[in-house]
Amino acid sequence: MNAFQLLNGATFGALLFVVASGFTLIFGLLRIVNLAHGALYLAGGYIGFSTAAHSGSFLLGGAAAILAVGLLGFALDQGLLRFVRGHELREVLLTLGVAFVLNDLALVIWGGDSFTVPIPDALRGGVRVFGLFYPKYRLFVLATGVIIFVALLLLLHRTRLGALIRAGVDDPEMVEASGINIRRVFLATFVLGAALAGFGGLMGGAFLSLYPSADAEILVFSLAVVIIGGRGSIVGVAIASLLVGLLNTLGQVMFPELAYFVIFGPMVCLLAFRPYGLLGRPA
Amino acid sequence: MSMVGQGALDAVPLWRRSVRDARIALVVAVILALLIALPFGLTRYQVGLATEILIYGILAMSIDILAGFAGRTSLAHGALFGVSAYVVLYAVSTLGFSPALAVLLGVVAATATAALFALVAARTAGVYFLLLTLALGMIVWGICLRWTDVTGGENGLRGNLRMGSLRDYAVFYWVVLGCAAAASFAMWRLVRSPFGLTLRGIRDSESRMRSLGYNVYLHLVVGFTISGLFAGIAGALYAFFNSFVSPTTVALTQSVQGLLMAITGGIGTLFGAFIGSATILMLENVVSSYTERWQTVLGLTFIFVMIFAPEGIVGKLGALLARAGRKSTN
Repeated sequence: MNAFQLLNGATFGALLFVVASGFTLIFGLLRIVNLAHGALYLAGGYIGFSTAAHSGSFLLGGAAAILAVGLLGFALDQGLLRFVRGHELREVLLTLGVAFVLNDLALVIWGGDSFTVPIPDALRGGVRVFGLFYPKYRLFVLATGVIIFVALLLLLHRTRLGALIRAGVDDPEMVEASGINIRRVFLATFVLGAALAGFGGLMGGAFLSLYPSADAEILVFSLAVVIIGGRGSIVGVAIASLLVGLLNTLGQVMFPELAYFVIFGPMVCLLAFRPYGLLGRPA
Repeated sequence: MSMVGQGALDAVPLWRRSVRDARIALVVAVILALLIALPFGLTRYQVGLATEILIYGILAMSIDILAGFAGRTSLAHGALFGVSAYVVLYAVSTLGFSPALAVLLGVVAATATAALFALVAARTAGVYFLLLTLALGMIVWGICLRWTDVTGGENGLRGNLRMGSLRDYAVFYWVVLGCAAAASFAMWRLVRSPFGLTLRGIRDSESRMRSLGYNVYLHLVVGFTISGLFAGIAGALYAFFNSFVSPTTVALTQSVQGLLMAITGGIGTLFGAFIGSATILMLENVVSSYTERWQTVLGLTFIFVMIFAPEGIVGKLGALLARAGRKSTN
């Protein structure tokens, strides 16, 4: 594997991190496996694409994707998930139903064609790094992934909300008993996680393009990342994203037809020894 | 507890048990006779639908063995079903094997895949199990989509397997009915066997079963593998029924639909699977004649069932009827 492919793997890993960190936040705190996460990613991508294409501004597209998908997350949590609170399996299966509906709606609105989010001029073209010519946009994705990683770490470890989220992961009842409205913390986390998926959709939409089954693909990658990284661990997700990103690139180069095996093979081996992932603990 | 249930069964006097058994046998015989007679009263299209209901009923039942009796909800069974269908069609259309040998190969392939999945997934429970089986099922989907030399990629595999008398839709229906009856009987025996009781024990309390000296992991692996065998039988029948298989057949939708059928029929009821399969497939038929948005309707049905009737539509209706009955007698 040469440096070019290594960078490809790392940038794909960065995108996976953005999407999967939202997934793991929700999974870690609310214990909800949000199978609509892929659909939220795709919705964010499509909404961002339409906004960016009409307004000509990538930034506006990003804002629209984050806002719209954050709202979708709010509606999903308050409108549907509140009725099945506390029943793990019912929650998961309900989000699965939501994923089906969202997907089908996206198919009605945007059709079956594939779209690519327009990249702003400043990020077009390539740049020379480590002696090789590499697309600027992918480096931008990599940088964004790192920034979001740092921001999430700061949020979790340096702010009041972060402290509440961490406390909520460990013992939600105790947090509630000390007079905190844990439901609000849950809701904030859910919206944040959804918004991350939406933002990921826009970013991914610019270099992976958007098409009707893109949601399932990104969902599987996110699942692999979260399963490898462990529930609720941002650092675990960062390591696993990089790992999955690199493995995926390696797989595509060496065994293009069996690329999936190359990701899931190691995942399966890992699980044989650590059923709850690298940095995860049993629920 | 299952052991208490077993004790209560022994306490029933023998003559009363044999009367009850005879009554059950009579009901089963009547239902079977009605099902056998079905092709005489229905159109070709309706018999086709009935055939499909039976095939998916077997799939839903195989999911119910795990979900209802071992407490493990699987999202990989659509993939196991698809593996069998793919292997059957590949063996006949590409390798030129006889359909009988192809069926055998298909079922073996699905069972082997299930065993492989089980080795990984049986370590986990609850949501983790669901996630893992989902990811495992997706691998199969990814392979079917990308390994174009063998699977035909998006175009899938085609091949007419129904030779000789199987070409007749009624005969094919009877064959499927026979398979469904045999598979149901086998699964019913399985959940009532000591092995099935152990699975139920694991569902109720894994730690208790472990401290009683049961190898929980091994039991789950075997349970999953057997369940995969039946999903494979359903898949092989589907290959005959549909003469075509594509990545959609192994996609998550298939697992979800199978699970929804099992849930609609009522988890843990076993035979409810056929009622669930009939409900969902008839709904699909009706909906598809009005709109192309079956996915949306399927998703909405799932949301609706999860919020209002997680014990299954059949169970819910039963409870509602019972309540209405109680009100009217009061």
